[in-house]
Amino acid sequence: MSAVALTPDVGRVLAPISWKAPIAYGALGVLSLVAFGVFTDPSLVSQVTIATGNDALGSLKFAVPTMACAVVLSAVQLLLAGLAWRMAAARHKVGVWLPIVFGVCFVSAFLLWAVAGKDNALQVTGLLSGALFLSVPLIFGAMSGCVCEHVGVINVSIEGQLLAGAFLAAVVGSATGSPWLGLIAAPIAGALVGALLALFAVRYWVDHIIVGVVLNVLVTGLTNYLFSTVLSQNKAVFGVGTQLPTWPIPVLSQIPVVGPVLFAQNALVYVMYVAVVVLQVMLYKSRWGLRMRACGEHPKAADTVGIKVNATRVRNTILGGAIAGLGGAYFTVAAGLAFGKEMSAGRGYIALAAMILGGWRPAGAVAAALLFGFADNLQNALGVVGVAIPSQFMLMAPYLVTIFAVAGLVGKVRAPAQEGTAYKG
Amino acid sequence: MSEPTPKSSWRDVGARIVNGSALTSILSVVVALVVGAILIAAANAQVQTAATYLFYRPGDFFAATWNTVSSAYSALFQGAVFNIDSSYTVADFFAPLLNSVKMSVPLIFAGLALALGFRAGLFNIGGQGQIVLGGTLCAYLGFTLHLPVVVHLIVCLLGAFVGGAVWGFIPGILKAKAGANEVIVTIMLNSIATFLLGWLLTLDAFQKEGSNNPVSPAVDATARLPQLLGSVDLGFPLALAAAVGVWWLLERSTLGFRIRAVGANPDAARTAGMSVDTSYVWVMVIAGGLAGLAATSQLLSTGDQQLTSAVAGTFGVDAITVALLGRSKPLGTVLAGLLFGGLQAGGYLMQARTSTPIDVILVLQSVIVLMIAAPPLVRAIFRLPDPERRRKKAVKAALKEVAS
Repeated sequence: MSAVALTPDVGRVLAPISWKAPIAYGALGVLSLVAFGVFTDPSLVSQVTIATGNDALGSLKFAVPTMACAVVLSAVQLLLAGLAWRMAAARHKVGVWLPIVFGVCFVSAFLLWAVAGKDNALQVTGLLSGALFLSVPLIFGAMSGCVCEHVGVINVSIEGQLLAGAFLAAVVGSATGSPWLGLIAAPIAGALVGALLALFAVRYWVDHIIVGVVLNVLVTGLTNYLFSTVLSQNKAVFGVGTQLPTWPIPVLSQIPVVGPVLFAQNALVYVMYVAVVVLQVMLYKSRWGLRMRACGEHPKAADTVGIKVNATRVRNTILGGAIAGLGGAYFTVAAGLAFGKEMSAGRGYIALAAMILGGWRPAGAVAAALLFGFADNLQNALGVVGVAIPSQFMLMAPYLVTIFAVAGLVGKVRAPAQEGTAYKG
Repeated sequence: MSEPTPKSSWRDVGARIVNGSALTSILSVVVALVVGAILIAAANAQVQTAATYLFYRPGDFFAATWNTVSSAYSALFQGAVFNIDSSYTVADFFAPLLNSVKMSVPLIFAGLALALGFRAGLFNIGGQGQIVLGGTLCAYLGFTLHLPVVVHLIVCLLGAFVGGAVWGFIPGILKAKAGANEVIVTIMLNSIATFLLGWLLTLDAFQKEGSNNPVSPAVDATARLPQLLGSVDLGFPLALAAAVGVWWLLERSTLGFRIRAVGANPDAARTAGMSVDTSYVWVMVIAGGLAGLAATSQLLSTGDQQLTSAVAGTFGVDAITVALLGRSKPLGTVLAGLLFGGLQAGGYLMQARTSTPIDVILVLQSVIVLMIAAPPLVRAIFRLPDPERRRKKAVKAALKEVAS
């Protein structure tokens, strides 16, 4: 036995090195250098405005030479590509910081190039806070997906849960005149959809994806129907939205750049921060999280040690529904709008994609959701500056990025082993 | 998918009708109609007023409910099947039925596309994008080329197939070569297709002359599907032919056998020497093409048909429910498509006549599919016996007998 253990691992089979990521980084770096840097008129300048959040300083306006900045940023990208190459060759794992820094450099170079020579300045703070705001429903949806999938239930009905939450929040908010009551009602609506999902998926063993899709249609039909009848009959009450107030957090919102973006938002966004942190910690460090993941990874083993698999699944699916329902409040009481037909507009499916792109982890899902929110807001921000790129291509970008990502750049991410299977123990 | 059916004796037939899927399907429709009735009644002003004095004069409440629900459902029936009110001519009488058939065509095409994917274990949510691409290419060929009558129609139909097939090929090849999850890729491609079409419609090549709206010129008259009977055109026979084609592909061809094997157990199929990857690509290409053909029903019909951003309607999502209701079988998909086409056609009349919004149809459709997917729930609602339990009991009794 010991002889075997002492044998040096000469003949050990190693997995082939994947060069996909370094090649992609290199290609994007070269693209950035050529397209945004080298071929730009050296005399052009890009104007950028940053709100500091500090009244004394006001907002700062910069004018930077486009070409020089783009070349520097591209050089950083190429350096990172080289680093990724060396790490791949040495079989080191590349940290999560590398794609993030690379992405920031690439996008910055692109933005500077896009606004070069324009009279209007690029509002960096507005771009980022808008991006955060647009990603709120995606983050809530992705959190909901994480909870449900780790317990072994595929939640395709995030879309329906968001829509149900948006509907009930708007109705309760408008009927009582209080956005706070609307905010409380939203998760209840989401939980009801979650309960239906649990009923059919866990109790009756119906295919989870089928239930999810059908529940989306059901919620769409129900809310459309009620919108066309009850809400339209009482336009005076339900046609007016209520809005959550913006609460700047005293000291934190004064921090330059970060402050106005992160800490001058409404209560729903603060709830989101808490939810993300709590979920990220609890999922991997608590008894609740461990039991839940046991039900998703190996239900039989979980059952053997005394965890009630199906009860755990039902509870957490309802919880997941409530989280997504809370995210639905974004569309109505957080944005100050009355309910409109199908106002979730496919965000639930994008939240699902964000969760998968984030590797079924809350933190990763948040990063992916922020990416989608940023790209969504990019066309607004660039539209204000007057950039000539067709807005459709801007809107397409996050979807293309996702396809490239799932096609292999991110590496193989693994879903919970027994998700989508019924436990018939 | 299909359970082996034992050789039947006449005694079994009765039991199987009671326990079988036909009864489940009918009862599911009943449950859906009840849910719809509650919604229709709840939103009616008269019923609401009568409900305020329910205990004082309950008769009023039930009368109002009955009136509201029965008038809505009779309008739904007359819009979908036979027009009883205006039965002046035979054509008027059958017009709604033919209208339903016409409306079912895109649902059948797209439903077949999804059904094929389900059989291979692929969840293709990309019907929407495939319809958009198929419609785009079909319409482009329809208004730029000027060809003789039959040739032009064939070119346009092929264009629709190719457009959808290309959009189906992408998730297929990514799944095969990179293991990319087809659910995400198809969702992403749906959005990309919508933006792509939005951009194309701003180009001169696609825009109608003298118009700034994102609308294309009308498709040439030479490319239209010929009318057969009432509002039914050649699209319906084509959809039926596609269903037969899919049936032949799945049940009689080698590729179909591979597809089913891969769908049942990809690992086993791989072990048996089948190329799982090739099967995925083929399935997605054929499914994409079929979904692309769904766009032709609208684009190549009579009238001033233009390409707009709404070319795919909600067929992509509707098709999922159609395929689920049809249990991913070609015949089932055709029947489910006819049912949903009828519900839609009837829904329009119901909306016009009784001010019940057509959205209630979505609720009916989803409740039907949910119920059909969960037969135990239907049995519980109607207190029907569980065939499984009875069989188990019989086995238990037999074992006891043997033991004693």
